[in-house]
Amino acid sequence: MALIHLSSPHVSKANSTANVMRLVLLATLPGILAMTVFFGWGTLIQIVLASVLALAFEAAVLKLRKRPVGFFLSDGSALVTAVLLAVAIPPFSAWWVTATGIFFAIVISKQLYGGLGNNPFNPAMVAYALLLVSFPVEMTRWTAPITQNGEGWHVAGFLDTLQVIFGSVEQQWYDSFTGATPLDVLKHRAGLTTEELWRQSDVLMNGVAAWYAISAAWFMGGIFLLSRKIFTWHAPLSMLVALFLMASMFYGFDPDNYVSPIVHLGVGATMLGAFFIVTDPVSSATSNRGKIIYGALIGVMIYIIRTWGNYPDAVAFSVLLMNLCAPFIDQYTQPRTYGHKKANRGTKGKNQ
Amino acid sequence: MSQVFSFHGGIHPPENKKQSTRAPIGKAPLPKQLVLPMQQHIGGPADPLVKVGDSVLKGQLIAEPIGRISAAVHAPTSGKVVDIAHYPIPHASGLSGECVVIETDGEDRWIEHEGIADYKAIERAQLTEHIRASGISGMGGAGFPTDVKLHLGDNHIVNTLIINAAECEPYITADDMLMRERPHEIIGGIEIIAHLLRPSHILIGIEDNKTNAIHALEAAVKHCDLNIDIIVVPTKYPSGGERQLIKLLTDIEVPAGKIPADIGIVCQNVGTTSAVYRAVHKGEPLISRIVTVTGDAVRHPKNLEVLLGTPFSSLLEACDLRPEALSRLVMGGPMMGVTVDNDRIPVIKTTNCLIAATKQEMPPAPPAQACIRCGMCEQACPADLLPQQLYWFSKGREFDKAKHHNLFDCIECGACAYVCPSNIPLVQYYRFAKSEIRTEEREQQKADHARERFEARQARLDREAAEKEAKRKARAAEAAKAQEARKAAAAKPKEEAAATATAAPDIKQLKTAAAVARTKLKKAQKAFDEAAAGNSEGLAELEQALNEARLKAEEAEKALSAGSPAPAEGGDAELKQLKVAAAVARTKLKKAQDALKNAEDKGLEGIDKLRATVEALEQKADEAQKAFDAAQPADAAAKQESAPKETPAKAEPAAEPALDAKALKQQVSIMRTKLKKAETALEAAESDEERSSLQADVDDLKKRFDEATEAFNKVEKAKMDAAAQAGIDLKQLRIDAAMAKAAITKGERALKKAEADDERAQIEQELVAAQAKSDELHKTLSQYD
Ligand code: SF4
Ligand code: SF4
Repeated sequence: MALIHLSSPHVSKANSTANVMRLVLLATLPGILAMTVFFGWGTLIQIVLASVLALAFEAAVLKLRKRPVGFFLSDGSALVTAVLLAVAIPPFSAWWVTATGIFFAIVISKQLYGGLGNNPFNPAMVAYALLLVSFPVEMTRWTAPITQNGEGWHVAGFLDTLQVIFGSVEQQWYDSFTGATPLDVLKHRAGLTTEELWRQSDVLMNGVAAWYAISAAWFMGGIFLLSRKIFTWHAPLSMLVALFLMASMFYGFDPDNYVSPIVHLGVGATMLGAFFIVTDPVSSATSNRGKIIYGALIGVMIYIIRTWGNYPDAVAFSVLLMNLCAPFIDQYTQPRTYGHKKANRGTKGKNQ
Repeated sequence: MSQVFSFHGGIHPPENKKQSTRAPIGKAPLPKQLVLPMQQHIGGPADPLVKVGDSVLKGQLIAEPIGRISAAVHAPTSGKVVDIAHYPIPHASGLSGECVVIETDGEDRWIEHEGIADYKAIERAQLTEHIRASGISGMGGAGFPTDVKLHLGDNHIVNTLIINAAECEPYITADDMLMRERPHEIIGGIEIIAHLLRPSHILIGIEDNKTNAIHALEAAVKHCDLNIDIIVVPTKYPSGGERQLIKLLTDIEVPAGKIPADIGIVCQNVGTTSAVYRAVHKGEPLISRIVTVTGDAVRHPKNLEVLLGTPFSSLLEACDLRPEALSRLVMGGPMMGVTVDNDRIPVIKTTNCLIAATKQEMPPAPPAQACIRCGMCEQACPADLLPQQLYWFSKGREFDKAKHHNLFDCIECGACAYVCPSNIPLVQYYRFAKSEIRTEEREQQKADHARERFEARQARLDREAAEKEAKRKARAAEAAKAQEARKAAAAKPKEEAAATATAAPDIKQLKTAAAVARTKLKKAQKAFDEAAAGNSEGLAELEQALNEARLKAEEAEKALSAGSPAPAEGGDAELKQLKVAAAVARTKLKKAQDALKNAEDKGLEGIDKLRATVEALEQKADEAQKAFDAAQPADAAAKQESAPKETPAKAEPAAEPALDAKALKQQVSIMRTKLKKAETALEAAESDEERSSLQADVDDLKKRFDEATEAFNKVEKAKMDAAAQAGIDLKQLRIDAAMAKAAITKGERALKKAEADDERAQIEQELVAAQAKSDELHKTLSQYD
């Protein structure tokens, strides 16, 4: 009888990396929906554009690297990267901005490092940071949410949006639909106190509710993934708590010059970052304790950069910085193995 | 009821236990042949007691355990031994092992056997021996000989006896069915084990998916005097792992690298307790066990009571195998079991399950994808490891890091591989890394050993070379001094000669010299003793040896003096004493040197002191020798007058002293060479035995050398006399010549050894100088010889 000789275990759970990625994509739906509602078609167009480009780039590089294209494409990780980048950039970004971003995300920061699992940095965040540095004007012209545009459903039309992204439109039209983000406004306050700023700014008065709603949508998606055990609570929770504590501390001392913790949690990419970026397993710390430290440091970094740095939002930079530290954190946060008195530290130790 | 604790990780794979629990335990058909591996347990294989052609009865001992950790093998039924050879055995390696093959006769005739009526009445050791003789080894997993565990009570305090009834692996129901159908056997076995180990708690750990078994056990426990707690634990793989179960039941973790007994816990499997029960109460050795035969490829999955040695094929047949559906045959559970590629492999003591899986049931693993570091494996690992990191390190052959991440605490449970979304065969990587590390360590050990030995040897050689060099320098310096003295002497030869001639009767002076030499020797002895005392332990032996040897040396000297002609004069007695003193000093020196070398080899402390002593002794010995030498010519002159023809070896007339002297001289030099050789051999000798025998040789040679020297000296005196008249200190001259020659030889030897060029040049220079000196001396000497 010819039977195969195989190593145990002989059964495995019916899950796959593709499955994990599919769930992640599923979890982005509420956020995407919310963004579409508040910012119009731009987000959807960007997602489609980014996805197509991502798959194309990935396939091309795999071909060049002589890897089985179908096998690796089907893991869905390129799509996740594409979606995350597409929702991070302004919905009206020109196509070449998106293309540059995807190129960097997929080709440079993922495939050139050896493909999925080997990239030290989160590809979407690498691309975002690069775009922000290269095209600061484009990247800070955010679409104004409908709540700012008076009564009723008043967003840019589908064709108009297409034209904004792939061609050019009159400056006037463009200006009427774009503006600064709340964080931008809070950053460039021109000597006003938070209170005064708040009363003066249209974005803060009317627009911020849209941002809160979008954050809530991302949060929902995150809870869904948590419930499906795609990631553990450690990194997102510690990041949010750290950010909250930092903000509360400074706001408590000096509410005139600092921004309230609620705003910090509710605007910008905080929720998206907490549940979809920080939880990216490939580039984060790996043990539970490590994730807590990793998340908390990101939270602190976000606050520092937002408050005293040069850029209005800081999720990308903070995440990239901590990606850099993740291997180091890993070495010092090994769990205590069963039967051992202490956890090992560093790469080599006195044990055994 | 006790509290249940928890362990980290764990998984919930589909149980697949229902299929095989529908029918009661059946009886497997008697196969035509039983193949009994000699190793069905951990430890040394058993040694067959039967020959091909022997008839055996059921329960007859056919192989006895070899060594402490080993188990006996008995014939499972009556029949005939038809072969003893290598057959495939159930082992992960897929290797074969020695097996006894029995052709069954179908009569199933028992050998006479009897249980122990009252096991509490006999000695515990005897009871354990009975269990050992019954060939019982752990029936849950690894198959550790049970008697060894039962002895644990001897040197460990056993607080807790844990009976492992968790049976956490999917598919397997052998223990479950055993508990349902024979709970009294299990409780009976527990009573026996408890009697041997005397624990204060007995806990049965059982998973909550075995309701029937729990009820059966609870009912049986009611009739038992012992305080047994049945603890129901939540179903979670691998709660049946020994360490995990201990954590579940007691919240104690077995420290890494220790066994449960070290923390007062002994674990036994339920199957084992039932086997113990049968062995003690019925006298039946372990010849059968319950095996779950299941999987979608058999039509009637169930549990069977199977004779050990039954081939898998016969079990599969008994359960209606659909051969066309079979894709994978797994021995053991799906998580930790091994696939077998051959259905003629026999059931052994540890075989608890046989899964005939279809392709749908256990599909071939999809190709592994990249690790996305999702951490699911980490959440599942019951040993709190970081499987993803271990995988990373194993794959990258960074074994140091893997070890640092406690790779060796991995129990290979497979939970991580089970949950991995990328389908990475993680356990395979860990096995690979472990075996690789073990091989590396073995080689490292070997290399270390060799290196240590090489270094020790190198150090010894270096030291010896340095010592020789130091000696050579000392001698060269002395030679130079002597030469100067000679030159000074040559300046006023006549006066000196006259003095030598007339100084002879000055016995007083000689006596003083002798006394001085003795005192010096005593001092040297004391110094050595002090040094010896300083180095407390190992030296005691050395010292004893030294004393003994010294005694011997003295005896030898005495014998020598008795053997040699009586001194003609008082002066001769003094001379003799001096000579003895000199010889003793020499021996002591030699001994001290030996001791030093020995001590150095052993790396004892106080070497420095010892070395200082040796140096001091060396000096003393030289001094004594010089005193002796100084006294000798004077004495010789005196002797010459009173007894001119005193030659012990040959009573040749003094008329031909020159000829005689030559022969004697040759003899002396031969003896010296021999002595030298023997001494070298002695130094090179490693073992103590060799050393002592060589030492005897050396002593003997020394004696003969001394005799020869003496004879030679006597003859020489005459010549010296003549030389003295000629105004030349012949003896001194000769010594110088000899020394010069020795210096040359040394130099040549050193030259050969010398590696560095500048060193070589220096030696060469020295050599030329020595040569010139030697030539000159010889020329002078030849005028008189
Ligand atoms: S479960 Fe698999 S993919 Fe996930 S971290 Fe572990 S090894 Fe990597
Ligand atoms: S096989 Fe080893 S690493 Fe994997 S879960 Fe089990 S103990 Fe942990």
